[in-house]
Amino acid sequence: MDEAENENMKAVSQVAVSENAPREKRIVLPDREARMPAPQVSDRKIHIEGLKFFYGRAQALKDISHDVAPNQVTAYIGPSGCGKSTLIRTLNRMNDVIPGTRVEGRVELDGQDIYAPGTDVVSLRRRVGMVFQKPNPFPRSIFDNVAYGLKINAMTRSKSDLADRVEASLRAAALWDEVKDRLNDSAYSVSGGQQQRVCIARALAVEPEVLLMDEPTSALDPIATQKIEELIVELKEKYTIVIVTHNMQQAARVSDYTAFFWIGEMIEFSTTEKMFTKPDHKMTEDYITGRFG
Amino acid sequence: MRSLWFRKLMSSSITLVTSVAACVVIGMLILILGYIGATGVSELSIGFLINEPKPIGEPGSGIAPAIVGSLVLIAIASAIGMPVGILGGLYLAEFASSRFGTALRFLIDTLTGVPSIIVGVFVWTVMVKPMGHFSALSGGVSLAIIMMPIVARTTEEMLRLVPDSMREGALALGAPVWRMSLGVVLRAAAGGVATGAMLAIARIAGETAPLLFTALNRNYMSTSISEPIASLTNQIYYYAGSPYEEWHSMAWAATLVLVSMILGINIVVRLLTRNRHQQ
Repeated sequence: MDEAENENMKAVSQVAVSENAPREKRIVLPDREARMPAPQVSDRKIHIEGLKFFYGRAQALKDISHDVAPNQVTAYIGPSGCGKSTLIRTLNRMNDVIPGTRVEGRVELDGQDIYAPGTDVVSLRRRVGMVFQKPNPFPRSIFDNVAYGLKINAMTRSKSDLADRVEASLRAAALWDEVKDRLNDSAYSVSGGQQQRVCIARALAVEPEVLLMDEPTSALDPIATQKIEELIVELKEKYTIVIVTHNMQQAARVSDYTAFFWIGEMIEFSTTEKMFTKPDHKMTEDYITGRFG
Repeated sequence: MRSLWFRKLMSSSITLVTSVAACVVIGMLILILGYIGATGVSELSIGFLINEPKPIGEPGSGIAPAIVGSLVLIAIASAIGMPVGILGGLYLAEFASSRFGTALRFLIDTLTGVPSIIVGVFVWTVMVKPMGHFSALSGGVSLAIIMMPIVARTTEEMLRLVPDSMREGALALGAPVWRMSLGVVLRAAAGGVATGAMLAIARIAGETAPLLFTALNRNYMSTSISEPIASLTNQIYYYAGSPYEEWHSMAWAATLVLVSMILGINIVVRLLTRNRHQQ
């Protein structure tokens, strides 16, 4: 806990000013033990190839191709409307619920195209879970929220098994100690940050392989944000995480790989360290240093 | 720039006017209920509620068959009208395409506005005449036809109030669409749906005209669905239109019973469906 706090403090307080313009800031990355290698072909949990996405006639995503490495955190950054939320929602086919949308290209999970006809979308969504921007717990108790996925997927054998799994999920979401005495209270009776962690526990309960997080902390206060960022770094040991964020410091703090998007195109994809210190494209550098966006 | 004095005066006047209007509305309700209560309570007794009607002059007359009859008719109507109405409303809210949905909504709203006597004549033509006799079943069907569009529309309105974020949350956990619609969305809207159902029951509990053509009336206890059956509304109509004072006061008491019954149903359902987990 303390180490992560110190790292965060360093990242926020150290702002190196470049010689040219006093307004520019360089994002300082926390010290990392291991330097992340570039993604290799064999390291791909999710493989995206030539992905195009249309809302009716408007094209929201243009020819996206990259890989999401297993047990790493991949961040999608970019200005509002660049398509990063649309992209993350294609990874678990959540855009299917919006009428008039069309997908071209391939999205592979463990080598299998998830848009192939006859794909079981329900089990896809169990393997690829999602946490939304605004916490959306069900109007039930905290226990019933976390248990929901377990019940509908018939994943438990008995009541005590269910209770154990709910506890394990709440522990994994770093929420158990705070709510263990009020599991039967309404999920709305806890703070926003805690509600978001209830949603994370609920998503983790069905034992996904990938966790998609669409701006998970943008509706939360800084303390809650920090707790969830620490949680993300812990969770990547067991899960592959993709996070959309408009907060670049957050991307620098938690992610291993970063993709920068601009009006539906992926401008650059590289390790976080490279992205924030020596990006290849000028547009990336401009965005990161705050010249626009 | 108006003076402070003027602004305060305006504010107080509007508050006063709106309060008076609200009082008039509530006052009307209290007046009506009070009058019914005051006039009807004199005839009210346990015997009144559990006895069958007796010939004029004999003591101990009651309206038990009418009470039971009304409950039977409401039960039949609900058994048909509730599932159809709720599932129809679910279809409209969750699955209908926008063009078909608009057309369907228009037709349902039209059905809501059909005069109840016409519904009675319709059911008479298609059920009573072929069957050859009046029956509680026909009465229940005519009430169900009145009930269905009301339940469907209020169910749809309540389901629309459930935010999409909740639907997406359930889908993202691997819930199939039917499970999300029934188990999460409908359940979240249950309180509102029940209120709509209660409105519909309150509406049909007071219907008289369709029952005249379908269930007729009966002066002794009966629960058979293939025979005519008594109902509170028809009993009141029958007694109020008669030349006997005794029956007039019984009609008032029956009115009190009817109003209390509707109120009771309302309260019980609201208690049962109150959501402890309000956002």
